Amino acid sequence: MKRLLIAAAALISGLFTLQPVSAQDSDWKDVLDEAKGQTVYFHAWGGEPRINAYIQWAAREVENLYDVRVVHVKVSDTASVVSQVLAEKSVGKTSGGGVDLVWINGENFAAMKTNELLAEPGWAQSLPNWTYVDTENKPTVLVDFTVPTDGQESPWGMAKLVFMFDTARLDTPPASLDALLAYAKSNPGRFSYPQPPNFYGTTFLKQALLNTIADTSVLSAPVDPDQFEAQTAPLFNFLDELHPHLWRQGQAFPKNAAHMRQLLADSEMDIAFSFNPGDASGAIVNGELPPTVRTFVFDGGTVGNTHFVAIPFNSSAQEGAQVFANHLLSPMAQMRKQDPEIWGDPTVLNVADLPANEKALFDTQDLRPATLTPEELGPTLPEPHPSWVTALEQAWATRYGAGGQ
Amino acid sequence: MAKFRPGSNLPSLIVVLLLAGPVLAGLAGTVLPAFGYLPVLGAREITLEPFAQLFSMPGLLQSTALSFWTGLVASLVSLAIVLCFSAAWSGTQTFQRVSRFLSPLLSVPHAAAAIGLAFLIAPSGFLARLLSPWATGWERPPDLLLVNDPYGVAMTLGLIAKEVPFLFLLTLAALNRPEIKSYTKVAASLGYGRMSGFFKVILPQIYPLIRLPMLAVIAYSTSVVDVAVILGPTTPAPLAARLVVWMNDPDLSLRLAASAGALLQLGVSAGAILVYLLFEAIVTKLSSTRLALGHRIKSDGAGRMAALGTMVFIVSAMCLSLLVLIIWSLAKSWWYPAPLPQNWSISALSMALMQTPQILGTTILLGVLAALISTSLTLWLLETKTHAAEPVDHQLRTLIFVPLLLPQIAFLFGLKMLFLMIGLDGSFTAVLLAHLVFVLPYAFLALSDPWQRQDPRYARVAASMGASRARIFFRVQLPMLTRPVLVTLAVALAVSVGQYLPTLMIGAGRVVTVTTESVALASGGNRQITAVYALLQLLIPFAGFAVAAAIPAVLFKNRTALRLDA
Repeated sequence: MKRLLIAAAALISGLFTLQPVSAQDSDWKDVLDEAKGQTVYFHAWGGEPRINAYIQWAAREVENLYDVRVVHVKVSDTASVVSQVLAEKSVGKTSGGGVDLVWINGENFAAMKTNELLAEPGWAQSLPNWTYVDTENKPTVLVDFTVPTDGQESPWGMAKLVFMFDTARLDTPPASLDALLAYAKSNPGRFSYPQPPNFYGTTFLKQALLNTIADTSVLSAPVDPDQFEAQTAPLFNFLDELHPHLWRQGQAFPKNAAHMRQLLADSEMDIAFSFNPGDASGAIVNGELPPTVRTFVFDGGTVGNTHFVAIPFNSSAQEGAQVFANHLLSPMAQMRKQDPEIWGDPTVLNVADLPANEKALFDTQDLRPATLTPEELGPTLPEPHPSWVTALEQAWATRYGAGGQ
Repeated sequence: MAKFRPGSNLPSLIVVLLLAGPVLAGLAGTVLPAFGYLPVLGAREITLEPFAQLFSMPGLLQSTALSFWTGLVASLVSLAIVLCFSAAWSGTQTFQRVSRFLSPLLSVPHAAAAIGLAFLIAPSGFLARLLSPWATGWERPPDLLLVNDPYGVAMTLGLIAKEVPFLFLLTLAALNRPEIKSYTKVAASLGYGRMSGFFKVILPQIYPLIRLPMLAVIAYSTSVVDVAVILGPTTPAPLAARLVVWMNDPDLSLRLAASAGALLQLGVSAGAILVYLLFEAIVTKLSSTRLALGHRIKSDGAGRMAALGTMVFIVSAMCLSLLVLIIWSLAKSWWYPAPLPQNWSISALSMALMQTPQILGTTILLGVLAALISTSLTLWLLETKTHAAEPVDHQLRTLIFVPLLLPQIAFLFGLKMLFLMIGLDGSFTAVLLAHLVFVLPYAFLALSDPWQRQDPRYARVAASMGASRARIFFRVQLPMLTRPVLVTLAVALAVSVGQYLPTLMIGAGRVVTVTTESVALASGGNRQITAVYALLQLLIPFAGFAVAAAIPAVLFKNRTALRLDA
């Protein structure tokens, strides 16, 4: 029976049928054998019912196909997971850790990597479905906020900054940072961004930095504290000009992306943004946004990145975690994830190079009117080095978050 | 523990064993990093650097001042409202009616109350929608800073709305002792006005009973996180809310500064308590002559109406907030200026209910066990101490209350390490033990005064008739304390149900409760989901308080003096 299941699994993920048997395959068989019967505690942000439902679906799949049980541990903040692994390492717990797989990227990944809280490098690239990953056009699947992943995390989905507006109130959205400033000036109180260090707020700062800095090449290296002030002067000039015209005059800020979305729906704000191009379509389906909402990006592109799953060094179900990570990369799982009715999160795969059957899955997909096509989404600007985040947040807090100035 | 007498010290020993480890571990997990010691991050030198880093944080002074003032003002105003209302209306029909509303409000979790309140008063909120655009002319919500104002007014109001029911319940319990009723009669017969009679005669009698809870309220209000995050200012935010952000920052080195901040937070709470004690001393001094002057102040009609007005305002605000939450739990789309949702849906509710039975079971089992253990332990401790005719020693009291005074997030890192070291983390038992650390102080808080104020003569009479110690406890003392014991159980249950971080961190995600589930889901900000889980979270404590109120009513049908007739 189990053989049959594995055979079925092989068929569905389209692996063994498509590739010649190699040493890698027999290694993977060992992984599948080891994984059998394991329970994977997958710590992942649990704030979006659609995502939770998707994780449940994927968990059912790997249970049926590979006899791996996946339990979604819903967390409110990934940093608490880092904290947990850190505490385990502090007391020398090198196996049997509480976290088997974590949904992660950016600073949290950098923190785990530098503090050696992750499993041995290389596992991600050895996953069978890795061959479908678009390493060419989506370089961020290999480099997470300029930090090389070294195969310590496996890509799951793509994120890109997109703005949302309601066509019932606004005809032509401002398609550049300057146009946005002009819009805010003539429509005071109708735009804002979540307060850094909220992830979305920081992302907006990064976008504004990318649009204002003289030489973007310095962003791929760690911040030079001596240069920082000069390099960010145009950014803070922009923000100084923008803030008096923000929602609540910049004295209070939206809490997070969902709050921004709500403010857009309630017509408190005219422009909101998201880090998921399919978010607006999903929210329309959900009834969270009016059907007249559309999305847009800045000319010249917006900042984007990849989100991943990583295995902590002391996971007790490393093989099971790999099997789940591999399944998340399968064309079927990636296609479902991209469906706005299910989640609406763009794929990390190279759809053009997929086998015909799998490619057809993506080609027939209806992304809904509020989702931009890959062409409309424009170029993706790379994330700055994580050290910029800390420096930006600190500088922001000093200028705007300290009260009374 | 110099004079060890097995009988009298066994419960103390158990409490010490139960708490000393966690408290020491929690303290070590806070104090050591605050002085630069956190080896896993490569910090091994004892230094004041974390404090330097803390004090260089922008806006730290404002954050500290905000925590201090909002907490202190909210506590004082709440106390004033409760006392004025009790003074003006206790013993009347109105008082009973209002108290019937207020007690269940205690079971509303702080976060849920804050979310409801925020939606009630926001410019695109429920009240604005009821009046727009026909009365206000607001086709779109006005850009008004009502929630998250920089001075923390909205946050203070939110805290008041939550602390009033708590203090009221305790005042109610204090007022319900038989001798208080006779004092009221005496004051009235001497011609004192209702309010002046209360403040001059009754308050000095009952104040000792509400003093300790009042200090806990101050400690809580000055270090509150959830209400601060939802209603409080953000530029900068109050200290406790910023600590959580630093503690959770991906830049792990910020943890050192956050630990130093936790000690500062401890100082803020202690400072607020000191200021309150000073205020108390001044009021006592100033009023001592006035109390004896004998002014009757009979015409207090305006004062009484004001007291009633304030109380009704708070009760209505809370009830409206709850109503709004209930509507949201059924709303698919609900956009300004629609006073009621455009699209209704029970999907969130049914989804939650489908997933919940097991989660609900875990939550209830944890809560009931924590409540039973903590209450029994407290009773045992109090009984033994009374029997040995010695007070609960100071160190033990301090030990019990430390978990309430230290910011949880810093405390928990040390606690987590302790559980990891003894290899217990991730189990139900571990979570239960962690809950007890935070539940026991409340059980002790709620029970120790009612216990100490028992009339000792009943026990003596029973003893003189030859009753054994156990018999006295179970047949005389416990029945007379039924009400406070039940209230304690309900409070303990509510506290256990409310634990988020301890459950998540010690449970390692293996133990899922309604609260861990709701906080995780609410982090996405979907109002419908948030509302559904806030209501679920409210359900268990609400049931607890309802049972605590119902049992004595049934038991004491034929015991007039034990009945609650305010």
